[in-house]
Amino acid sequence: MNKASDRIVFDDVSKFYGEVLGVNRVNLSLPPGVTSLVGPNGSGKTTLMNLMTGLVRPTQGSISVLGLTPDEPEEFFRLVGYCTQFDSFPKGVTGYQFIKQYLRLRGLTDQDAHRLTVEAIDRVSMGEAAHRKVAAYSKGMRQRIRLAQAIAHHPTVLVLDEPLNGLDPMARAESIALFEALGKEGMHVVISSHVLHEVDKISDQVVLMSYGYVVAEGQIQGVRSEVTEHPMQILVRCDAPNLLASRLFAQDHVVEAKLNRDGLGVLVRTLDANQFYMLLNKIISEEEINLQAVSPADDDVNSVYQYLVGGGGGGTV
Amino acid sequence: MSSVASTPSAIRALPWQLWIAQTIAILRMEIRKTLWMRRGIWIYLVAFAPVVLIGIHAIDSPLGRHCNLQQDTEILAGIFQVFYLRFGIFFGCLGMFAWLLRGEIVEKTLHYYFLSPVRREVLVAGKFLAGVIASGLIFGLSVFLAFTLMYGHFGPAGRAYVFSGPGLGQLAAYLAVTALACLGYGSMFLALSLVFKNPILPGIFVLLWEMFHAVLPPLLQKLTIAFYLKQLCPVSVPAQGVMALFTVVAEPVSAYIAVPGLLCLCAAILAFAFWRIRTFEISYLAD
Repeated sequence: MNKASDRIVFDDVSKFYGEVLGVNRVNLSLPPGVTSLVGPNGSGKTTLMNLMTGLVRPTQGSISVLGLTPDEPEEFFRLVGYCTQFDSFPKGVTGYQFIKQYLRLRGLTDQDAHRLTVEAIDRVSMGEAAHRKVAAYSKGMRQRIRLAQAIAHHPTVLVLDEPLNGLDPMARAESIALFEALGKEGMHVVISSHVLHEVDKISDQVVLMSYGYVVAEGQIQGVRSEVTEHPMQILVRCDAPNLLASRLFAQDHVVEAKLNRDGLGVLVRTLDANQFYMLLNKIISEEEINLQAVSPADDDVNSVYQYLVGGGGGGTV
Repeated sequence: MSSVASTPSAIRALPWQLWIAQTIAILRMEIRKTLWMRRGIWIYLVAFAPVVLIGIHAIDSPLGRHCNLQQDTEILAGIFQVFYLRFGIFFGCLGMFAWLLRGEIVEKTLHYYFLSPVRREVLVAGKFLAGVIASGLIFGLSVFLAFTLMYGHFGPAGRAYVFSGPGLGQLAAYLAVTALACLGYGSMFLALSLVFKNPILPGIFVLLWEMFHAVLPPLLQKLTIAFYLKQLCPVSVPAQGVMALFTVVAEPVSAYIAVPGLLCLCAAILAFAFWRIRTFEISYLAD
């Protein structure tokens, strides 16, 4: 399999709805793993997902998913599953019927469709409610049954538009664990969510979007290190924070060294992270400081998004 | 030369078996949905209204009113051509076929089909067939009951007309014309629903076009469904009154031309629907 055929590729893609911009000049090449699309409402996340799956057509440019396009649906949709944001179902169906009837469209036998349906329902823990009408489901249950429908045929690419909406904390944790497991199995999992701190934990790469433009993409730490105008924040926990702070503050690239409230750490803001780490090694060996932990404090999606685009906050965009 | 020679093998190489299985799966979903949709109750009322009227006529006549077999045959022909073809089947197909895809858009469920490994042309074909079967069943049953009641109340004379006279042939012709009308109007309304958000206004235009097809120039008459259907009706109903003054008499065509002509018209309309669905985008908010 060549490199292009295991990636989701957007080549100079633009989409306009009449005169309204959906996305503009998007160039992306997404490898397998969990990719988060991040941005506020109207930033183009759903448009990007709809373009990827052929629900809308690009005004300009081309898209391929593992080397295929939606113009070859028999092959394409064997590989792709899409759980959209549309909270709607065919009238009168049970959760079981809903999944099975669309599996039958794949040309599967009744037995195979039944087996895959039961398997998908179990995977989202909906076994008990499977034979109840979808109309009687709670929002969280409807979300889970749509997720089951998207994964029932064992896709290689799973596209999830706000999959955590309406889920209670327990179901959220289960869903996130499921996405993470699917990503580790080698699947492409493309997630859009405004609950950044939750998707942040499982994302292998992020695509930051604003007003239809991709403002940054890649592994979040890599994106963070490219944001040079904002000093990087690093939390160092040790047994001699005062001493460490005084030694660090003498350096040009350290713009701030703030003692933690508990007296057991220093929050450092530096313009050069690499130089800082080298210096830290030197200081702890010279001063025999007992180091407990070193962790970046602002390389999460939320911080990076705010540095790049501004606005948002409180863990959501 | 080689491309011409390879065309049949290329057609054979297409995944026909998969397409047939997918069409059957679509039919299973759609026939049930179309026959039992709550918003389609009025279609049943329209379809079976003539049956009720003919039933009343059948009950009424033994109570003293004198009926004439020849007269009732003309009445049935009139009901079929004016009520069934121009009104019942026309509006029934409008309600049924326009809802096949437009309904999925209104209920925001079309994306489930579009995200399945089903060629969109197969989806349209499957839905169209489901509509033809559902509408054919409803209107075919209605025509059959109307015919049975109309001749049933004549007793032995009616039975003789049906089984020893032209009656059975007329029933077969009525049922065939009903099926062709469902095909013709169905394809038209399915295609219109892919172009217009609200197919009622274009539906009214089509109604006028079909209703006044007899006053159109002969060439344009051939672009109407009513033109072909009229040729196939077993008992003719001549244009009377003001309409007769405006009627341009087109060259009559035989069933051997009318049936393929109508099927060609359907095929052309469906080809347009196939082209349209290929470029169709999901934008429920705009709809």
